[in-house]
Amino acid sequence: MTEELNWAIGGEAGDGIDSTGKIFAQALSRAGRHVFTSKDFASRIRGGYTAYKIRTSVDRVQSVVDRLDILIALTQRTVEENMDELHDGSIIIYDGERTMMEDFEAPEGMIGLSVPLKRLAEDAGGAIMRNIVALGAAAAVADFPIENLDESLQKRFGDKGEQIVENNKQAARLGQEYVEEHYELDDYDYHLECTDNDYVLLNGDEAIGMGAIAAGCRFYAGYPITPATDVMEYLSGRIEQYGGHVVQAEDELSAINLALGAARAGARSMTATSGPGIDLMAETFGLVSTSETPLVVANIMRSGPSTGMPTKQEQGDLNMMLYGSHGESERFIVAPTTVSECFWKTVEAFNLAEKYQLPVYLTADLSLAVTEQTFEPDTFDMDQVEIDRGNLITDEGEVEAWTDEQGRFQPHADTPDGVSPRTIPGVADGAHMTTGLEHDELGRRTEDTDMRVKQVQKRQRKVETAQQEETWDYREFGDPDADTLVISWGSNEGAMLEAMEFLDEEIRFISVPYIFPRPDLTDAVAAAEDVIVVECNATGQFADLVEHDTLTRVNRVTKYNGVRYKADELADEIQNALTESTEVTA
Amino acid sequence: MSSEVRFTDFKSDKQPTWCPGCGDFGTMNGMMKALANTGNDPDNTFIVAGIGCSGKIGTYMHSYALHGVHGRALPVGTGVKLANPELEVMVAGGDGDGYSIGAGHFVHAVRRNIDMSYIVMDNRIYGLTKGQFSPTSREDFETATSPEGPKQQPINPLALAMAAGGTFIAQSFASDAQRHTELVQQAIEHDGFGFVNVFSPCVTFNDVDTYDYFRDSIVDLEETDHDAGDYDQAKERILDREKEYQGILYQDEHSVPYEQRHGVDANMSEIPDGAPEGAMDLVREFY
Repeated sequence: MTEELNWAIGGEAGDGIDSTGKIFAQALSRAGRHVFTSKDFASRIRGGYTAYKIRTSVDRVQSVVDRLDILIALTQRTVEENMDELHDGSIIIYDGERTMMEDFEAPEGMIGLSVPLKRLAEDAGGAIMRNIVALGAAAAVADFPIENLDESLQKRFGDKGEQIVENNKQAARLGQEYVEEHYELDDYDYHLECTDNDYVLLNGDEAIGMGAIAAGCRFYAGYPITPATDVMEYLSGRIEQYGGHVVQAEDELSAINLALGAARAGARSMTATSGPGIDLMAETFGLVSTSETPLVVANIMRSGPSTGMPTKQEQGDLNMMLYGSHGESERFIVAPTTVSECFWKTVEAFNLAEKYQLPVYLTADLSLAVTEQTFEPDTFDMDQVEIDRGNLITDEGEVEAWTDEQGRFQPHADTPDGVSPRTIPGVADGAHMTTGLEHDELGRRTEDTDMRVKQVQKRQRKVETAQQEETWDYREFGDPDADTLVISWGSNEGAMLEAMEFLDEEIRFISVPYIFPRPDLTDAVAAAEDVIVVECNATGQFADLVEHDTLTRVNRVTKYNGVRYKADELADEIQNALTESTEVTA
Repeated sequence: MSSEVRFTDFKSDKQPTWCPGCGDFGTMNGMMKALANTGNDPDNTFIVAGIGCSGKIGTYMHSYALHGVHGRALPVGTGVKLANPELEVMVAGGDGDGYSIGAGHFVHAVRRNIDMSYIVMDNRIYGLTKGQFSPTSREDFETATSPEGPKQQPINPLALAMAAGGTFIAQSFASDAQRHTELVQQAIEHDGFGFVNVFSPCVTFNDVDTYDYFRDSIVDLEETDHDAGDYDQAKERILDREKEYQGILYQDEHSVPYEQRHGVDANMSEIPDGAPEGAMDLVREFY
């Protein structure tokens, strides 16, 4: 009996693949099963190939694997695209009455279940429900109680009226009954056990949006771009309930300047975008930094350069985030490694931005952003959220302590820790100029050489203070004494954790959630015989940083075909890297 | 504090480096007077300045202010106003900042109709970079980068504003201190986006659109039968490129600013020291 199931529905864009997959994922989550989803999708509204994949188990799952057990194939191409993942005994559910699937035959060793999806959907009230019929059929095959689908159907279709919900429930049951009547279910070795656990199901973009509201973010401006749009869609309609507002800007140039304006007025403020938007924001990013304005800029990375592969996975923007914008400007880069950390690191990013009065990149790769994962609800315990606004002065009595001999407020005062006082419009006697020009302590332009040096050093000192005062730690797994050290960042953590189960070798695994400032890996690297840095880009941008920090050559395991690492595939890559390394040494 | 505010309270102790005779002196004086006349004080006022000669204005005035990136002053002003609608927000820049590099933001700021004012010092030339044609330069205006003239239509900023659904479209002349001040004041008082294009002559690089030229050619709408509430009349005058008008070309008396339409009225700087009340509801949504 198999406890774990790898399931997918695939077809053309516009076939309702995503919403059908989400309904099943929610049903599994409500039934107390862990879920990890992934999407194959194209940047088009109709046509092409798209799929929604679910890995589910009663145990926690945190990666995709190279395996598909049950596939609902609305098109032949869906089967072709997934031949690598299908295996002997995989079950393919399809509509043999559909013209384009008439000639379909399951590949050798696999089981094809022809179910008249469209005809049964029409019996239930409309052909549009054919995916739901397929869900019912899949539930029967997987031995998953059909009533578990009801709650998620209610959630999905509730606002369309009770009749529609009932029709969908009926459609699911017709699919289930058809399979039970026409096929011998005992032949299939699946039983999806349900538990009493309550899980919530969310993706990285949603976790970032929820984290922003929890952190007191009240202003969001953005321009729609895959795969960051979900952040804006999450906030729209929700942030207003907490006194906030979302502006859909005319472009990314406007978006970051809108967010900057709100931040100058004292709001916790944010924008989110992807690579092309980051490029456009680069000039203002420097202004945010030199004007010492707290701002969170989320970069949900996709494949570049240029338009690249907009719906595909990549971690290629690391150098852009580190060095982008002309001149030298201070910034932090925080990079959560799991969906739940997307929430907590967002809260942290807002605190860091205000404490050190600078822009903070909050970056997640596409896989992290669109992956839905199950969690215990108290993973997001709102009582644990702490807000630290740093040296923000809102009481006019405190302004005086920071004025010069003529009573003028000094927003860039040269302090020992580099952090100056900050006040916001509306606070009496705090009025001051803020400029992208080099400025004096009053915020007025200057080209005085001494003042220039003073201000540059002051801004750099803030970073040094943060490096000392804050915890820039990493997440560590495996055997701390292992000879092999694997380092990764971003969404690779989940795949690597499961890859370790496939590897015979003992592994010390360090997952790094901070790009700058970042933890010191010198000792860990020195203690290891083999160091492997895993990331999704072609050149090994994080590996460069590790080499720079530790003055030690590392092995690079990189992937840049647009698809995230799968656990079993990554295990092979690690094994290969170790074998090669041994050969070189020998 | 408001009742005691004088316009000189809006003046900083930095001496302007504008050329003697620059139109921006008059433009700035009018802005300071208009701000004082409308009961504002520097601590509740936010000035956003563009880049260029005119962009220096934020440094010469005293208030909360930001001098940002070229062309992006309007989005900054919009963000400030939405984060704290109680503030008086005024955006000021030049014709290059507003109608060239920032033209995209101009039309969207107009159509959003945020309750703020936008003062454009239009000198029909690029001054700070020493004399290249601007988006409002005449078709045959010879400059360093247009030896035979730009050979392209000058932008009609008033028409652009009207096409974008502007609710307050005015034009003034920096040298006519009283009328300029009145018009900026009316832009501040307008419930929505108050846009004033100011003829602000460049005495160094523009020998065509001079004080004398404007003095001779300006038609003050006060001295005509113009009805600013009449859309068709406004349209006709705005599209008439033969004349240089001063006054309110168009004002929609029923204008409702963006903030009111969206119910944005909170000072967003005020937040609790933990997650907001009821935040666990956000988690429960994901069941």
